[in-house]
Amino acid sequence: MINIFEVNETNKMIEQENLDVRTITLGISLLDCIDPDLERLRERIYEKIVDTAKDLVPVGQEIEMEYGIPIVNKRISVTPIALIGGSACKSPEDFVSLAKVLDDAAKAVKVNFIGGYSALVSKGMTQAEEYLIRSIPKALAKTDRVCSSVNVGSTKTGINMDAVKLMGEVILETAQMTKDRDSCGCTKLVVFCNAPDDNPFMAGAFHGVTEADSVINVGVSGPGVVKKALESARGADFETLCETIKRTAFKVTRVGQLVAQEASKKMGVPFGILDLSLAPTPAVGDSVADILREIGLEHPGAPGTTAALALLNDQVKKGGVMASSAVGGLSGAFIPVSEDQGMIDAVEAGALSLEKLEAMTCVCSVGLDMIAVPGDTSASAISGIIADEAAIGMVNQKTTAVRLIPVIGKGVGETVEFGGLLGHGPIMPVNGFSCEAFVERGGRIPAPIHSFKN
Amino acid sequence: MKKTIITVVGQDKVGIIAKVCTYLSNNQINILDISQTIVQGYFNMMMLTDTSKSAKDMGILSQELEGLGEEIGMVIRCQNEDIFTKMHRI
Repeated sequence: MINIFEVNETNKMIEQENLDVRTITLGISLLDCIDPDLERLRERIYEKIVDTAKDLVPVGQEIEMEYGIPIVNKRISVTPIALIGGSACKSPEDFVSLAKVLDDAAKAVKVNFIGGYSALVSKGMTQAEEYLIRSIPKALAKTDRVCSSVNVGSTKTGINMDAVKLMGEVILETAQMTKDRDSCGCTKLVVFCNAPDDNPFMAGAFHGVTEADSVINVGVSGPGVVKKALESARGADFETLCETIKRTAFKVTRVGQLVAQEASKKMGVPFGILDLSLAPTPAVGDSVADILREIGLEHPGAPGTTAALALLNDQVKKGGVMASSAVGGLSGAFIPVSEDQGMIDAVEAGALSLEKLEAMTCVCSVGLDMIAVPGDTSASAISGIIADEAAIGMVNQKTTAVRLIPVIGKGVGETVEFGGLLGHGPIMPVNGFSCEAFVERGGRIPAPIHSFKN
Repeated sequence: MKKTIITVVGQDKVGIIAKVCTYLSNNQINILDISQTIVQGYFNMMMLTDTSKSAKDMGILSQELEGLGEEIGMVIRCQNEDIFTKMHRI
């Protein structure tokens, strides 16, 4: 029998510690929409999305009412569009028209983001994939809710350096095309290595081809809950610290499991995975950086940060895996700079640099995320940063990613405001020495030796 | 049976249980268990109820109880029991 203390504990997590279900993402396969005629393709995409997702928002609201748990976002992810438009699209413009269809469909079913304007090019690029990638700046400038991602490397295939070079240019061009809005187009674009097929979080969500026709993936989050639990472990040894994180992660993940099962039942769509990530928001008390400070660091970026983040990431996974029947996606701790007030404070205090963030990406579940850099950063420098992150992911057999925003017209010392959940942040300096000769080489960096496991 | 947990929290005063129970009775909600504590003048009650015979759905019950709470100066929440059993039991 549930007792009053347990009820109070749960409700306190929700009301005071920012426990919420961060997203229910409906993954929809568009493979059956493929058509060589562009107009028919657009119609079929629109109809499939609107028909499959029509109950998503109402069901989300019903579950919120039933359990008293906020479900912050309802989102959609689709099959990488480079595959869907492979036959019909003969130019980047053709792909932009598909982006518009996705945007319209998202608005029709009232979801706030639709991910999957994507290409998976870790070994090589087809002509269609190159058209899609080149269309990204215009597609993101002309739509509101579409999110885009490109996978440029994997442990099995190595790193596609042609794609890496192209993405440096594409990110800069996206920044240029949205320069009147603080280059916010770049907040909707992620470059991946080892991208997962089932990630429910934006901007990198897409519905992988290994998935069934439709699936419900849920992302749960509660950095505030973990931070609060750790307050009682101040001064305690590492074993106690780790146990506290693990047990709290278990409780948080259980809520996500319940919501995922209910959403699946109500919508008649199979439950895919639960992504148990600690995903911060700019709201007070919803910060991963605050957890790092609670662990014992004056600011994230201080010595010991990589170790602290490693233990946090690991304990979150351990607690969460017991709590759910199917864990997937990114599952770990997120470190997006502009979305976490504690990270912003650390940058402003001079404690956190791009280089330290790169080290942290080795041990957490995303990469360099939501980082504003000077608008005059060169495309080759951006490509160099992408190559670094891809190498970390490739060699360590994990997912890494880059979501950088070169803010056109602004430099170090200035701030940028993206608004809402995307937050705000200081512009961080980038190492100014050139890697142009490296990036210009072209071709592929081969897969590492330890990927040959057969 | 549809097991629902109704919590009532706020400053202690006369008549809280009476008013809440009247609402439940009027809406065919059967009370299965009640536990209640008062800590430093703060009233904290949890009721396990069965809402399966109520004509109103969860959304309406939640809203009406929230409204009742505002009238009497308390915070009243109405939640399906599963969110608590899922978190605190394996």
